[in-house]
Amino acid sequence: MKELICIVCPSGCHITVGDDGTVTGNTCKRGEAYARKEATHPTRVLTTTVRLESAVLRRLPVKTREDIPKEKLFDAMRALDGVTVRAPVRRGDVVLRDVCATGVDVIACRDVNA
Amino acid sequence: MRADVTVIGAGPAGLAAAIAAKEAGAGRVLILERAQEPGGILNQCIHNGFGLHRFGEELTGPEYAGRFSDRLEGIECRYDTMVLALEGRTVTAVNPKDGLFTVESGAVVLAMGCRERTRGAIGVPGDRPSGVFTAGAAQRYMNIEGYRVGERAVILGSGDIGLIMARRMTLEGAKVLACVELMPYSSGLNRNIVQCLQDYDIPLYLSHTIVRIIGKTRLEAVIVARVDENRRPIPGTEFRIDCDTLLLSVGLIPENELSRGAGLEIDPHTNGPVVYDDMETSEPGVFACGNVVQVHDLVDYVSDEGERAGRAAAVYAERHPDGGAVETVPGEGIGYVVPQRIRRDGGENDVTLFFRVRTPCPKGELVVRDGEREIVRKKRLHMTPGEMEKLPIAREAVRNAQRLTVSLERAQEGTR
Amino acid sequence: MRYDCIIIGGGVVGCAVAYTLARFRIRTLLLEAQNDVAMGTTRANSAIVHAGYDPEPGSAMARTNLRGSAMMEELCRKLDVRYERIGSLVLGFSEKDRETLARLYDRGVKNGVPGLRLLDAAETRKMEPNLSENVACALYAPTAGIVDPWGLALAMAQVAVRNGTEVRTDAPVTAIARDAQGFTVTAGGERYEARTVVNAAGGNADVIHGMIGGTGFTLHPDKGAYYLLDKSQGKLVSHVIFQCPTEKGKGVLVSPTVHGNLIVGPDAVPQTDKEDVSTSSESLDFIRKTAALSVDCINYRDSIRNFAGLRARGTKDFIIGPSPVDARFINLAGIQSPGLSASPAIAEEAAEWLRRAGLALEERDDFEDGRRRVEFRKLSRDEQRALIEKNPAYGRVICRCETITEGEILDALHAPLPPKTIDGVKRRCGSGMGRCQGGFCGPRVHEILAREWKLPMEAIEKDRKGSYILTGETKGERA
Repeated sequence: MKELICIVCPSGCHITVGDDGTVTGNTCKRGEAYARKEATHPTRVLTTTVRLESAVLRRLPVKTREDIPKEKLFDAMRALDGVTVRAPVRRGDVVLRDVCATGVDVIACRDVNA
Repeated sequence: MRADVTVIGAGPAGLAAAIAAKEAGAGRVLILERAQEPGGILNQCIHNGFGLHRFGEELTGPEYAGRFSDRLEGIECRYDTMVLALEGRTVTAVNPKDGLFTVESGAVVLAMGCRERTRGAIGVPGDRPSGVFTAGAAQRYMNIEGYRVGERAVILGSGDIGLIMARRMTLEGAKVLACVELMPYSSGLNRNIVQCLQDYDIPLYLSHTIVRIIGKTRLEAVIVARVDENRRPIPGTEFRIDCDTLLLSVGLIPENELSRGAGLEIDPHTNGPVVYDDMETSEPGVFACGNVVQVHDLVDYVSDEGERAGRAAAVYAERHPDGGAVETVPGEGIGYVVPQRIRRDGGENDVTLFFRVRTPCPKGELVVRDGEREIVRKKRLHMTPGEMEKLPIAREAVRNAQRLTVSLERAQEGTR
Repeated sequence: MRYDCIIIGGGVVGCAVAYTLARFRIRTLLLEAQNDVAMGTTRANSAIVHAGYDPEPGSAMARTNLRGSAMMEELCRKLDVRYERIGSLVLGFSEKDRETLARLYDRGVKNGVPGLRLLDAAETRKMEPNLSENVACALYAPTAGIVDPWGLALAMAQVAVRNGTEVRTDAPVTAIARDAQGFTVTAGGERYEARTVVNAAGGNADVIHGMIGGTGFTLHPDKGAYYLLDKSQGKLVSHVIFQCPTEKGKGVLVSPTVHGNLIVGPDAVPQTDKEDVSTSSESLDFIRKTAALSVDCINYRDSIRNFAGLRARGTKDFIIGPSPVDARFINLAGIQSPGLSASPAIAEEAAEWLRRAGLALEERDDFEDGRRRVEFRKLSRDEQRALIEKNPAYGRVICRCETITEGEILDALHAPLPPKTIDGVKRRCGSGMGRCQGGFCGPRVHEILAREWKLPMEAIEKDRKGSYILTGETKGERA
């Protein structure tokens, strides 16, 4: 049995995952899915910045489009150290494809004009 | 200069207010913002978790801001602009391009947000070296400007910004050695304890505080001690943590310089202006929303509040409320209630009360009473001061009420 | 390079000497160990200009305090330094205190303090309604005032520099040699020669005097801690509120500051370390408890800062005059309270001693006295409008708590003795002095400093040398 605090939304439900995989304590379907994943292979969305050129700003906020395995967070950070984006950028533009062979792209979180 | 609605601040509250005012038919809507672009603090909150209630998805701060700043068509924005004074509905502001100017406004919406409590406010003794930052200042340096603020950090206070920064610094290669919280419970969201501290094995010291800051030039160490139930350090429990950085995440206070300057009535509990259910302050035609009124946990509710204020500001000229208002007051176990006043002849909608419990409570009942008369009773689980509670009540129930008290009853004690 | 006079120490005394000497046709150099002037006692004290009833009649303290206090108003007007003659009250809480106050009154009269009056409880409370119920009587001194101490030191140094005085910061004096011609002073690795030396080294004046073999006084630092409270508490009292001295000590004061805050303190803790200005919870507890005797409604939740400063104790009176070792070496030592009040008068006396030591002090005809600066928030709306039209930088507010504009910060950066650090900007412009304590404006001032000095952001420090703020860029090293 595993007790978790759900991180899907700010409600922070207290969820229990039984040894047989039954999930209790959740108040939504997303919570159930989270609990199952967290009990077996935890994942997180990575949010960070990358270098930005030819803009007033020096850094562009980015995120993984979906959650990636928790153990790959630091590898992904290192992969993004080498990335430099040139303005203009639009929200949702792909900054790095398939980060660390997770199958997940890293995308821009805001528009930046040149 | 004249505007129908002038909004001070282009953070989440101000953006929502301006857009709602425009959509409600206001003619000239003007936003005055001190930064160079809209978004406010969201621009430096690059983490995700915003907008689940409103958009059904988890957005980062810049993405959430983008959803609103995309909708500014027809709204005039002046950036790099500081408002110097508010007198009645006259706003005096300054920027390098337009110089000093005044705006006569049909209605004004205050949306200046909040500021962070500082070291001085909590009175930590010791040296005064560099390396001691409010969490928000460190966040700006890291996320907007792209600089590291230190290599070995301790976080004082477990507010959300502090927790988020613990993770952020760790990801950028710093070692976060501890998060120290005065209270026996965290003031941040539980999910942030999990995904910002536990994920990275950062110890959380509850019922501890920093009793001394050491370092003649740059921070060298902090002395941590356990506190008793009266939050006084217990002699003999001190231990030293060598670190070059201390982030303070010890609370937020509504930015109320302008509100005070304008002579608005201030609630001593929230430190923000007293508001009616449509977010009007004690000054007719001056509305307030977002963290300038009460410090929120969730930006979604800030936007809601902004929209309510914006709509009400837009129709202000046509409405003449005269049915009086009902006061709301915090009762047993409750820290504050917003809105502080509900108009008897307000709109059609139900009214939502926002408030916080004083201490963590795994299970209890929230009760709204008018004198002896019970209006609403709701069971709630997992209540904590770190998470705002809300309770809808029917406008009908308010019409004949005298004074509404919100209290926590049948509360189970202890942390969850 | 040969100077007529080297001043050692850039506190308010050293700066006052520099200012006083700048009107003469001589070459003067001021050496300061820290990276800016006004970095020691001058920036961490009660900021009071004392009326002068406290020192023993006939002492150097009494003489220079009275003279300094009389000079202060005109000096501050000329130099555009904040000063307000708000008067002081020494509170008595018992019959015994009443006798002590009567003695203080007599002493004040002997010292020539104008306007002293003994008040009963009702009169006292009428002047200060927020005093505690304990107050039984008071000594009122209308000539006491409050001043911006680092502002005063800076302004005097700036005028001196504008008139040709040289200032070296980061130049701690490590050796002094003397011969028939004068002195060779080694500071910060450089050697400077001068015919005369003025020792205004504050708490280290004994060490500096020792460098020429001088003895006769040893200074022990005494640490005093303070609370500084938000402007919301700044109007709690309208005079400087002292407590009647007792065998237990001098009590603590409660006073408005010229910046609109409330200052509460100090205690007095003897210590050995001449660098340690840390505060302790014991000190802060003591100050709160003791201050409550005078004013029991101070809201310490509105505290914006606590700090401590050192005072050079060890001598009963100020030491003002030539060293017994060498008449060309003028000691200004043991300048504890009321040193700030006395500083302009001490400087006058120092100049007189230099003259007697053989320095020809001829007045220059091109001396440019006075200083003016723009303080945006003090201007009328029309003046503000006109100012921004001339220079748009005054239209960008950098410090929101104190309404300090980019224009004012740029002015400071282009004035004599420009600041290198964020706190240096704070002392000159007031940015970061408010309730958010630089949380908002700190990074913006940081950017302006980096931009104007053409330095990387990482090179900008907060305060003393070594107080770096940033440790590098995110995203690893720049490719």
